[in-house]
Amino acid sequence: MKHYAQAFDAFNKNAEDGWLKSQRIAAFARFEHLGFPTPSVEYWKYTDTKALAKREFKLATGYDQQAAAELLKAKGLKLDAHRLVFVDGLLSSELSNLEGLQDAVVIEPLSQALATELELTSGMMGRLAGIDVDVFTALNFAFVSEGVVVRVGANQKVNKPLLVTYLSTATEEVMSHPRILIAAGASSELQLIEHFIGADEAKNFTNRVVEGVMERNAKIHHTLLQQPSDKEWWVGRIQIEQKRDSRYTSHQMNLGGKLVRDDLVCDLNGEGAECDFSGLLFGRNRQHLDIHTLVNHNAPLTNSYETYKTILNDRSQGVFNSKVIVKKDSQKIHAVQNNANLLLSDQAQINAKPELEIYADDVKCAHGATTGQLDMDALFYLMARGIGEEEARGLLTLAFANEVIDKLELPEIYNLVETTVAGQLPHKIELELTQ
Amino acid sequence: MIEIKDLHAKVEGKPILKGLSLSIKPGEVHAIMGPNGSGKSTLSAVLAGRSDYEVTSGTVTFFGEDLFAMSVEERACAGLMLAFQYPVEIPGVKNVYLLKAALNAQRKARGEPEIEAPAFMKLVREKLQFMKIDNSFLHRAVNEGFSGGEKKRNEILQMLILEPKLVLLDEIDSGLDIDALKVVAEGVNSLRDAGRSFLMITHYQRLLDYIEPDFVHVLNDGQIIKTGDKSLALELEDRGYDWVVEETA
Repeated sequence: MKHYAQAFDAFNKNAEDGWLKSQRIAAFARFEHLGFPTPSVEYWKYTDTKALAKREFKLATGYDQQAAAELLKAKGLKLDAHRLVFVDGLLSSELSNLEGLQDAVVIEPLSQALATELELTSGMMGRLAGIDVDVFTALNFAFVSEGVVVRVGANQKVNKPLLVTYLSTATEEVMSHPRILIAAGASSELQLIEHFIGADEAKNFTNRVVEGVMERNAKIHHTLLQQPSDKEWWVGRIQIEQKRDSRYTSHQMNLGGKLVRDDLVCDLNGEGAECDFSGLLFGRNRQHLDIHTLVNHNAPLTNSYETYKTILNDRSQGVFNSKVIVKKDSQKIHAVQNNANLLLSDQAQINAKPELEIYADDVKCAHGATTGQLDMDALFYLMARGIGEEEARGLLTLAFANEVIDKLELPEIYNLVETTVAGQLPHKIELELTQ
Repeated sequence: MIEIKDLHAKVEGKPILKGLSLSIKPGEVHAIMGPNGSGKSTLSAVLAGRSDYEVTSGTVTFFGEDLFAMSVEERACAGLMLAFQYPVEIPGVKNVYLLKAALNAQRKARGEPEIEAPAFMKLVREKLQFMKIDNSFLHRAVNEGFSGGEKKRNEILQMLILEPKLVLLDEIDSGLDIDALKVVAEGVNSLRDAGRSFLMITHYQRLLDYIEPDFVHVLNDGQIIKTGDKSLALELEDRGYDWVVEETA
């Protein structure tokens, strides 16, 4: 922990006096008070982060531009998108491109927003993910300096997806604390894709926070694609506040990391608000992957849907915890939580816990969690048709994940996830030919 | 084509096949009948390569090769196909994908190039029509929610597309009404030729009215105890199995 204090002093002492500096001090004090959670903390029962306390992560001061460009070229998504690229937490202007934004849409690096529009930015920061939310959020606030600010005016559909790419390079062990702030105006639409790419030998710690406020009838389509190296730590929090008739969808594709923990929270505060979460956790080796979701049905006539699948190989561990809270007087709500887990090895382990807390009486809620292994009869059937064992296993594994990966609308992400899950399958059937 | 010699096999430690011998030549259709527990399904499972069946002695050669030295998929690629008694449901895997993956795997094993998508779809549509199966079937998951009859038709559809050399039909008639049985039989009969053989396992003589066998064998207690032509099946239908068992005891 001493190391974090040193890093914090060095980071904040030269900052300009004012709101941000004092907020960071308060945040760091909060972090020091709480410390990294151990399994004795209920919310972290199955995910032990105390090893983080011993690590000596530094804040990056620079990066190898060529290596970053190569990593992005090799693994980055080739989408027509507004792009922001961060390398070990630092903005890469060379790799970013925000040209062609429409007038009523602001997308800018957080550092720029803090420098030029402090008042506006400070009103957005910590509103949903303040220092009291959790220790990592406090830590993020203490070191906050870079990230993205998105403001979408009323009735605006952002003309291209926003692609935020985090490159994690393999130099010294660094930490970064990016924060994304979103204000989605009434009836606006935004597609946000976050892509985390770790270099093979990267050993970094990324602690990212997203807070988004959605006005009436706003839509956000959010995809998080995580490809950290086997030695990386990722902790993420997404906090969304939804007003009347807004719709938030989240697709999370967690394809590994040493320890990956995500918290996704939606407050459904207005009638007609709806959130739809889906995700895949795909673990190998000794990876530890954890997803916690929380939906607060704070208003009547709100809906939430969750479908998460976990596939665990080798000695990997998964944690799935989803909680739905229906407030008193939140009548006529519909909440569905689905969780299915596939263990591909005897040593893999999953802790799954869907929870419902209902204080209203006229609600429709369903939840279920199942855990199993590959169906050996199905495997035999495929092999008895001539399909090799490896391909047959891949096919069945993919079939298990289909329900969540079929929701991925971008073919490039779909293909990447498919290849990761199933290995190289023979190319897909061209569906249009079957009509 | 296939030569089974003195085959012994166990399931969960219990001997089921006790010296079964059978030889099938190209173009022949054989039927194996027998009472419950005689080992009929064990025979097809052992030939297809199920790992929960233990072969304790005996040999099986398929086109001169040792069948037991081949993996499940190698047997399929060599032209052996088991049409399952209870085809498994595979949620999430579409029929069209299975058909294409299987066909290409078998073509690859024969050193042929992968089939082009248009040719594949033409082939599949033709066979669907023949089996009176709707095109929407292709995008349904393998056997998921299928009726018993649909599952059996699917087995035959796969057979028509994969064109195996030896087909094991394991109680393909069970659970089928007469109309479905006719469609299934037509599918099988359409593939009969001088180079292809069938081994039908069945309880009921009825199937043999539609697919006429060259040989009928009676399996009892893990051995073939009597072989005849199709008139034997009629006799079994009339008189049951006891007389054969007594006659050979």
